[in-house]
Amino acid sequence: MKKTGLIAASIVGLLMASAAHAQTSIKIGVLNDRSGIYSDITGEGSAIAAQMAAEDFGTDKGITVEVVSADHQNKPDVGSNIARQWYDTENVDVIADVPTSSVALAINDITREKNKIFLNSGAATSDLTGSKCSPNTVHWTYDTWALANGTGSAMVNAGGKTWFFLTADYAFGHALERDTSAVVVANGGEVLGVVRTPFPGTDFSSFLLQAQASGAQVIGLANAGGDTINSIKQASEFGITQGGQALAGLLMFVNDVHALGLDVAQGLVLTESFYWDLNDQTREWSARFEEKTGKKPSMIQAGVYGAVLHYLKAVEAAGTKDAEAVMAKMKEMPTDDPLFGKGVVRQDGRKVHPMYLFRVKTPDQSKGEWDLYETVATIPADKAFRPLADGGCELAK
Amino acid sequence: MFELLGIPPQALFGQLLLGLINGSFYAILSLGLAIIFGLLNIINFTHGAQYMMGAFAAWMLLNYLGIPYWGALIVAPIVVGAVGIVLERLLISRLYHLDHLYGLLLTFGLALIATGVFRNFYGISGLPYGMPSQLSGGQNLGFMFMPNYRGWVIVASLVVCFATWFIIERTRLGAYLRAATENPTMVGAFGINVPRLITLTYGFGVGLAAFAGVLAAPIYNVNPNMGADLIIVVFAVVVIGGMGSILGSIVTGFGLGLIEGLTRVFYPEGSAVVIFVIMAIVLLVKPAGLFGRTV
Repeated sequence: MKKTGLIAASIVGLLMASAAHAQTSIKIGVLNDRSGIYSDITGEGSAIAAQMAAEDFGTDKGITVEVVSADHQNKPDVGSNIARQWYDTENVDVIADVPTSSVALAINDITREKNKIFLNSGAATSDLTGSKCSPNTVHWTYDTWALANGTGSAMVNAGGKTWFFLTADYAFGHALERDTSAVVVANGGEVLGVVRTPFPGTDFSSFLLQAQASGAQVIGLANAGGDTINSIKQASEFGITQGGQALAGLLMFVNDVHALGLDVAQGLVLTESFYWDLNDQTREWSARFEEKTGKKPSMIQAGVYGAVLHYLKAVEAAGTKDAEAVMAKMKEMPTDDPLFGKGVVRQDGRKVHPMYLFRVKTPDQSKGEWDLYETVATIPADKAFRPLADGGCELAK
Repeated sequence: MFELLGIPPQALFGQLLLGLINGSFYAILSLGLAIIFGLLNIINFTHGAQYMMGAFAAWMLLNYLGIPYWGALIVAPIVVGAVGIVLERLLISRLYHLDHLYGLLLTFGLALIATGVFRNFYGISGLPYGMPSQLSGGQNLGFMFMPNYRGWVIVASLVVCFATWFIIERTRLGAYLRAATENPTMVGAFGINVPRLITLTYGFGVGLAAFAGVLAAPIYNVNPNMGADLIIVVFAVVVIGGMGSILGSIVTGFGLGLIEGLTRVFYPEGSAVVIFVIMAIVLLVKPAGLFGRTV
């Protein structure tokens, strides 16, 4: 028995080895939150998006793709362990997605150390292409700078000169508040006050009342997920928007708006880089995505698709999966995919494309469960992200 | 205009009132926990999940059956309470003769399962649940804008707390219950069906959690984690009030809501911790809790 097993194994091994000559095989690890607060906007949907990218890339180009996935539970130590195991023993070539900035920064370091490739879509921190930038990382979908710039300057230019921040009391909230304050001040606005709210929180009414008392024209919500949803729900309850103060959701996803419902969310202004209903191509792709998942895609899931597709094209062009050669191709070739259109990957790893300023529709305007946004403005690619020279990245020479 | 520690009095009154409103949620939830612990000796860790199920039940009643908020306020606690009764009969009742720890582990496991099941089917982002139209809007009290709904929450919570206290402390049924916890064999000998009494008590405690869930649905995000975020605080409230003390849990629930509200004004960063600091102090000074009987 044992002998036959061994012989069979070696034959299979031989077959696989000969196949590898003709084919490049790529293993993509989708690492994200599959059970916690970001599991709707990343999670299984991102793994499906990566799979869709592999299918759309095609099987006729001599590249076979395998997608694996794991849950980092939003913990840097858990994420680091999985990444090391993937790179060291499971021959994973590229890690994709990785929401939660702290985990993303850890994977950024490990990927650089192992000389693999990191396609980040889920994390917000602009440090990934700033002070912590790496030759092995591409940051695809959005970052705190782009969000602050989009929503912040739009609100100030629309007359919201004075601001009060509700800031989630941890690194991400502080970064978002810092970036947005800078945009507000640069556009001639003024920050009247800040309240740091414990994370995660349920009741924000005291903080909202403090914001109301400040008399600021805009209340900036430097928080995410359930915190944002609760703040907005309660702001509507306390008559804050009716009283003339505007809310600025600084990091909001289409799933958050869906969870709030249009009665409460209507009129909110927010920035995203993707919305399913932008054009025929996004609608077609999102319909396919919805068939598989039952939901419309978030911009993060769309970003995983775009990043993986561009990566596979670069592997094809480079004729190898060597990290250095592929990264060079990714930065050399312009990007083009149905979801983000044409763009480029900059030297610092920042993918640039237009960002969109959306306003949440009123219940009367909406024609369906996911018909949630109208486009207020398109921020062109060259204005949407932090200028290359300002990030402090060593690669930006 | 005088000011207190740099805060104008209007703002302070507003914050105190808000604290009282949050206290209402603590009170209803800790009341249910206290009843279950006091009468069944079970540390019911599923309480948070049952609160979440109350909110989800309200959403389901509205979206699948068209039953609005007011109906849900009655139907949801009954449905979730019935689920609790099934759980008690099938699983929890087998643990009464064991140490508290087993009950805690079982109910904690059940809470994780319930949360996981809801997350699997409804996702984590949450579901929209609107404010009943009769209670939207609010009153200008001079020192703050008081949403009608928050006023209703205080009233509903006070009524429910008082009624529960009254039933347990002042009626014959309550007397049976209290006697059954002291000496179940003796009470059984008088012809009272003790196991059924205990099952119904558990169902009632669970129903209270579900009631709080329906109250929360229009103002808090309805998602599978909503109970897990709250339950730890509620446990602290129960410990401070004295495990199993009905009056203790009600008074402490409102009181801690007030203290938390004040902390949010003077030192917002500390507002999530203040209850636990108080818990630590109370445990040091009076280990049985403020209203607990020393054993």
